[in-house]
Amino acid sequence: MIFSIVVQGAPHSQQSAESALRFARAVLAQGHGIYRVFFSGDGIHNGSALATPQQDEGHIIEGWQALAKEHELDLVVCIAAALRRGVMNDEEAKRHDKLNSNLADGFTLSGLGQLTDAAIHSDRVVTFGS
Amino acid sequence: MSSKSFLIVSRRAPYASNHAREALDAALTAAIFEQDVAMLFLSDGVYQLLNNQQPGTIGQKNLGANLQVLPMYDIEKLYVSKRALDERSLTTDQLVVPVQALDDAEINTLIKQQDLVLNF
Amino acid sequence: MSTLHILSKPPSDNDCWRDCLTACSSGDTLLLIENGVYGATVRPAELPEGVTFLALQADLEARGLSNLPLSTKAIDDADFVNCCIENQQTVSWF
Repeated sequence: MIFSIVVQGAPHSQQSAESALRFARAVLAQGHGIYRVFFSGDGIHNGSALATPQQDEGHIIEGWQALAKEHELDLVVCIAAALRRGVMNDEEAKRHDKLNSNLADGFTLSGLGQLTDAAIHSDRVVTFGS
Repeated sequence: MSSKSFLIVSRRAPYASNHAREALDAALTAAIFEQDVAMLFLSDGVYQLLNNQQPGTIGQKNLGANLQVLPMYDIEKLYVSKRALDERSLTTDQLVVPVQALDDAEINTLIKQQDLVLNF
Repeated sequence: MSTLHILSKPPSDNDCWRDCLTACSSGDTLLLIENGVYGATVRPAELPEGVTFLALQADLEARGLSNLPLSTKAIDDADFVNCCIENQQTVSWF
């Protein structure tokens, strides 16, 4: 079966980010597919390259990156939600005259259309809210 | 493009958090992508529909006014919980768009009819 | 068609619990996760008969609830995935 996952909680701030990562691992471990993980609302912080949790906490963002690399996952951060919270890629940083970009490797910035697209193409959509 | 029925469930009051706006944006986007979209407002979500909102003084866009454009995007299936309105001493006359007030059994049925239910 | 309801708020969030329970029908599954597991000790009176009442093991353990008498069946992450597959709809309540 094909799953998409919607994440609305920030890593190391709301548990929903960790719940979603653990769920994603379980989906893949059982041989199912993940069409897309879509990060919206405060969930966009899962795509922040600058997040630095304490060393004994388990690094959720690195967890997503490792999973994405191993399984070629599509990790999409909602662009509108990200910009207003200060997470952006090089292109948006240049467009808005910002000092730096901070979107973590392995994540892409895109619009809500990607959520609709994911819902259309997945058998199951599971939301982890906050 | 294939079409699924999407029910966007919105349960938070506006302005103190982004949840209401994100739900609206998701609904509009799904409609632009030609999906069959309905919105259901539960609990404090019914406050999003109150008329006379003037959020300029708190630096935000008028969510009520934005909800008024939903029919222009072919989103005409707008539902509210009758119980949520009653508990908040509101009537549908006080709301910015025409809505259908549903009782609990009707809400149960509505949810069951959907391909997708997205909560915000 | 059966639905998996995923509830992540504690019972003190009355509106969330009530909205979720309103949506439950016989044949559905209600899975408590995160702080929702604080509601695992008592099956709500409003939960229709025929709804399977579950709680996620990792969240019960995290919160010190695993050794208490519970009204839910505890399931692991793999079972969580199976619940999604066995039910045609998944709805999250938070």
